[in-house]
Order: sequence, then structure tokens, then C-alpha cells
Amino acid sequence: MTLQSEASATHSAAPQPPGGRLLSGWFATGVPADLDQHLLRYGPAPLPGSKETVTALITAAEEAGLTGRGGASFPTGRKLRTVARARGTAVVVANGMESEPASLKDEVLLHVAPHLVLDGAQLAAAAVGADVIHLCLPRTRAAQRSTLALAAAERRREHLDRIPVQVHALPHHYVSSEETSLVNWINTGNARPLATPPRPFEKGVEGRPTLIDNVETLAHLALIARYGAAWFRTAGTPDAPGTVLVTASGAVHTPGVYEMPLGTPVGRILDTAGGAIAPIGAVLVGGFFGSWLPIEQAVRTAFSKSGLAAAGAGPGAGVIAALPHAACGLAETARILGYLAAQSARQCGPCQFGLPAVAEDFAQLAWGGLDRTGFDRLHRRIGLLPGRGACRHPDGAARLAATALQTFTDDVRQHFHRGPCPAAGTHGTLTVPTAPGPLQEGWQ
Amino acid sequence: MSAAKRLSIDRIACAGRGVCAELFPERVDLDEWGYPVIPDPTVPEHLLGHARRAVAGCPVLALRLDPAPPER
Ligand SMILES: Cc1cc2nc3c(=O)[nH]c(=O)nc-3n(C[C@H](O)[C@H](O)[C@H](O)COP(=O)(O)O)c2cc1C
Ligand code: SF4
Repeated sequence: MTLQSEASATHSAAPQPPGGRLLSGWFATGVPADLDQHLLRYGPAPLPGSKETVTALITAAEEAGLTGRGGASFPTGRKLRTVARARGTAVVVANGMESEPASLKDEVLLHVAPHLVLDGAQLAAAAVGADVIHLCLPRTRAAQRSTLALAAAERRREHLDRIPVQVHALPHHYVSSEETSLVNWINTGNARPLATPPRPFEKGVEGRPTLIDNVETLAHLALIARYGAAWFRTAGTPDAPGTVLVTASGAVHTPGVYEMPLGTPVGRILDTAGGAIAPIGAVLVGGFFGSWLPIEQAVRTAFSKSGLAAAGAGPGAGVIAALPHAACGLAETARILGYLAAQSARQCGPCQFGLPAVAEDFAQLAWGGLDRTGFDRLHRRIGLLPGRGACRHPDGAARLAATALQTFTDDVRQHFHRGPCPAAGTHGTLTVPTAPGPLQEGWQ
Repeated sequence: MSAAKRLSIDRIACAGRGVCAELFPERVDLDEWGYPVIPDPTVPEHLLGHARRAVAGCPVLALRLDPAPPER
């Protein structure tokens, strides 16, 4: 009932979003918000119509302190301003690819609040002066693609939107969602990353300045445009304002997507997801290209860019996965590394050869006998991944591998002296996709 | 004011031929598969000759010399 009383706040003088943030509509009604419901709840997006209102929107995004929710936590306002200033008519790309296997938040958000995302895309397009919006979704989510295409068409019919939206279905590989892959696919039909510079904000789709934002980032923008920067900052912390969608998985009672204030300790997020079903040993934070943290450290670490950076991690795509103490962190990591190696676009030597070699060494550590020489080689090979690919795929895999060796030192010792532990042989806690990879499915 | 430059590689174009390590050993090492490792990409003035030689010698034109980013 609290949601209803909060909903009445819309009618007070200072505009307030009814009942909370991105997922509030869903919690109030339990059904995805169609256009009527969306308009009832939020009204139409306040699209800027003049130079002044465009500037005000960008300034609001900056003052709100909104950062990208797609992985890098880059300041969204700064990106908007850069693209708005660039020469030539801009393009907006909404990144709904969610290639991270441990993340579900973009799929959930697009399901329950598609119009918040579409509002955000229209606002961003107005802010940067774009004449087209490309919404990129994975080919594996065909139903979502048609829902979104229908929603965009309906908005156009109702004259709510000024800028046409093209909904695309791209190959679903780990790096086909990287921003230059989206640009490459839209331009040429090849969803592999491009060498940079130029970065997409300088020269992207059709060689034009291109704003690429995660769909959750855009949905936050839609609320900031309505309720303002000060409102946005009423959740989160001064250096990490707002809320974030977190996908919690692993050994928790109710895995799922939760909207949390940024800066919430990881331990509290695990509690929100129902708490642990077994004693937890470590938490994977950020995603498959994230970091392992020992549970004692994880529980008190604030889930924000700066909070996690202090622990050597980052929020990534808003993922936390709890690993039971009894599970084998080395085997879990070896499985993920095998997947990441198979997902390489095989364009850059270090990623094509170095990453599979790391995965192979790690598999030996987990399941075979890796001797001292092999272990030293593994360390050296991990050290040679970061910064040596066109995209940051090898960097992410290296972070996962390096933090596993730090977090699971006891297991490493065990595996050395006694060979693989019994838990290494079980099927594992984290779900690693077994779908055919890019080698079979291609990049078109 | 310094005339220092910065060595960068197009990792997609790079085919691991190793010419750069031969022509510019002061900055370029190779990994076990023959791809360049550059722990320090800055190129001081006295090494610019070797750097230019390597850039010109790369058979796939994957090496580039950029102006060094301003010191902070
Ligand atoms: C290997 C790799 C995979 C990525 N996958 C995604 C993804 O699935 N979705 C996403 O929004 N961003 C992804 N990114 C980040 C994008 O390149 C880009 O930074 C982001 O979409 C920008 O939006 P934001 O500023 O709103 O976060 C990925 C980056 C890398 C290096
Ligand atoms: S680093 Fe790997 S995934 Fe990224 S562009 Fe190069 S080969 Fe492709």
C-alpha cells in the first residue's frame, strides 16, 4: 500500500517519480508497463525544444552524476556534451545487448519498462541532435525485439517521438556488444570490434558522431529529465548517486534483478536477494570480466565504482554472484575462462593466442596437475593480456584470472599438493553458456 | 616542451611479423607467439630514429607514432 501513497506524491508541487525508480511500475502493478500505463505514471518525456532546454538537459545529467550502467561507469553527461559538440549530425545507439551471461537486468528492464528506455533514447537523441536511434538487441531475444519494435511504432503513431527508432537483432557473443562492434555491425554487418581511434563519439555509425549508451543508463536519463538532478541524488551516495540494477545469482535464496542505491554494501545486496543458501566463500563482482572478492571483504565493500575500486574491482554490468565455500573457485574460473577464450573475436594476437593459453593453464590448475613451471607461466601469460587487444576483452579475462589466484590461494595450494579437489569435478555453481560460440555461428 | 612521442599499435592489423622488435628493440619485445609487448610506449627524442624506422618497416602498417599526451 505504501506504493499507492507514494504515487499520490506526483500531485504535489515538486515533481516526484511515483513510487520509486526504474522498477517501481512493475512492483506497483506486476505487469509490464504498456504505453497507456507508462503515460499515466510518468506523462510524456519532456523533450527539449530549444537550445536552452537542450543545454539544461545535458547539465541535469552532469549534475545528477549519472554514470554509464553498461560496464565502464563513464559520466553520461560528459559523453552527451562531447557528442553534442561534435561536427555533423549525430547518431544514438542504445545498447541492450547484455552479452554478460551473469546479467539479466537489461532484459528485465526492457520487459517491464520499455517506454522508460525509449524515452531516454529520445531525450538523448534530442540532446545530441541525432536524427536516428538504433536499438541493439541480441538475436536470441526475438520476442523482445518485436515487442520493442511495436512499442516504438506505437509511440511514433501517437506523435510522442520525433526521431525514428530502428530495432536490430545482432549476433549474441561476448564482444559483439562492445561499442565498436555495434558500430561495425550497423555499418558493415560484421559484429566484431574495431580498432580505435577513432572512437565512436568522434566517428561512429556512417562516420558520424555516435552516442552509445546502455539501455539502463537511458532509462535513468528519462527520470532525470522529469524529476531533476537533485531528486536523482536523493538515492545513492554523493560520489555515486542514484540507483543501479543488480543481478544477484549463485548461492542466494532468491536470485534475480534488484534495484539498489549505489554504494550499498555487497553484503546487504546479498541479503536483499534472500541471503545465502550455504556458507559463502567468495563473490564474483562485475560479471565474467569482473573480480573475485573473498566474502569477508565483499560484504562490507560499497557497490559503486569508487567503493569497488578500493577493493580492486568494479561494478561492471551490475553483477554479483555468490560462490559457496564448498565450491571450487578455480574450477568455476576455469570454466568462465574457457568460455571467454572461445568468445574472442580472434582479431588480435594476444587475445587469439594468449587468452586460450591462459584458459588452458587454468584448466590444468583446476582439473589436471599444473606444476611450478606451468604456474609461473600462467602468471606471466595473465600479465601479458591487459592493454594488448583492440577492445578490452583480454583485460577483463585477465582481471578474472588474477583475482581468482588471489582470492583462492588456499585452493591453489591444495590443488598443487593433492591435485584437484572433489568439488572441482561437480558441475559448478555459476552458469556458463554452452551455446555454440562465434566460431560456429559467425559474426554477421 | 618535449618532442617525445608515443608508440601505438593497431592490434587488429598486427599480424605478429616481429619486424618492430628487430628494428626498435629499445621499446619492443615479443611474446611467445611473436606479438609485440611494449611496456613503455613513450619514445624520447633520441630514440625517434629507431621508432620511425620501425613504423616504416612494419609490413602491415600497424605501428603508429602519436604525439605524447600532455604531462599531468
Ligand atoms: C567485451 C565487452 C563487452 C561489452 N558488453 C556490453 C553489453 O553487453 N552491454 C552494454 O551496455 N555495454 C557493454 N560493453 C560496454 C560498451 O562498450 C559501452 O561502453 C557501453 O555500452 C556504453 O554505455 P554506458 O556509458 O551507458 O555504460 C561492453 C564492453 C566490452 C569491452
Ligand atoms: S581484443 Fe579480442 S575480442 Fe577484442 S577485438 Fe581483439 S581479438 Fe577481438
